[in-house]
Amino acid sequence: MTAWLDGEWPWYVAGPLIGLFVPALLIVGNKVFGISSSLSHLCAAVAPGKMEYFRYDWRRAGLWNLAFLAGVLVGGFLAFHFGGGQGIGISTETRVALAQLGIHDFSGVAPHEIFTWSALLTLRGFVSVVVGGFLVGFGTAYAAGCTSGHAISGLANFQLSSLIAVMGFFAGGLAATYFIMPFLFGAL
Amino acid sequence: MTQATLSQFQGCGAENADSPEVRPAFLPIYLLLGIAFGVVLTRSEVLSWFRIQEMFRFQSFRMYGIIGSAVVTAAVSLVLIKRAGLKSFSGEQISIPARPLGRGIQFAAGGTIFGVGWALTGACPGPLFALIGNGVSVMIVAVVSALAGTWVYGLLRPRLPH
Repeated sequence: MTAWLDGEWPWYVAGPLIGLFVPALLIVGNKVFGISSSLSHLCAAVAPGKMEYFRYDWRRAGLWNLAFLAGVLVGGFLAFHFGGGQGIGISTETRVALAQLGIHDFSGVAPHEIFTWSALLTLRGFVSVVVGGFLVGFGTAYAAGCTSGHAISGLANFQLSSLIAVMGFFAGGLAATYFIMPFLFGAL
Repeated sequence: MTQATLSQFQGCGAENADSPEVRPAFLPIYLLLGIAFGVVLTRSEVLSWFRIQEMFRFQSFRMYGIIGSAVVTAAVSLVLIKRAGLKSFSGEQISIPARPLGRGIQFAAGGTIFGVGWALTGACPGPLFALIGNGVSVMIVAVVSALAGTWVYGLLRPRLPH
């Protein structure tokens, strides 16, 4: 396959490319770049219940989000099958720190010791996938945005609400990395 | 949906509910943009649990460089778009609705809860889907869980501080 699809892209290529999705979506259809609202649209489409929060016209509000999201899945598939597959070249310090947590397989995009169907029945697999996923959905709905909506679109628009949200992202992420994960992975 | 009901949303699912319906002809464009985004998420490796751990341990500049240069690129683009007073291909005047801060509790609390989930799964919502494409099929469970989380938020919303 073409060489540009191979391997990891340097940060100064990847970052501006991600940033360009903000003007691209505005110019195409006056849409604000953000992923997590798709989760609400899916809830509104599948199981709105009696909740006012999910009682809106999800097709009008979010059909474009869902088309975009379907593309993300396809894009991940294409990038992986035409040039992916090698391990992630993280720093030596991170390898050492993760080895202390019991992570020794660095061959995938996510550690096979946690993110497989069989590991789902272990404590760390269950908490990482099921509890972690739940918190991603709950937290992004509560904060009305995720990394794309707040950290990219919101910060670029100089919104104070997004700055507060991003500080929260890091507070939560650091707490999980330094307090929850060592305990969870049995290294305390 | 009435305007009164709409105004109660603070901008998650329903933020575009009063925007014009997307013409079906535009959907393939959004699909293509999504495909491009999935490729970028994969090749930039921001969808990797390992990269997220490296970031939260401050052991590489990479993720900070990516997020920082993405914000700068987006911010410069927004200034240029506003200055030019552009209209979108769909014919609307381009505008970004300001998100009211309110008491700000939802951003601090929701952001922190999401941050914990981000570190645990090693993925934010976009990467969750890109990872399924990358063959990490167990992330289907994480997506279902995330939908459950969003649904429970909808349930508890009237009782949560915002």
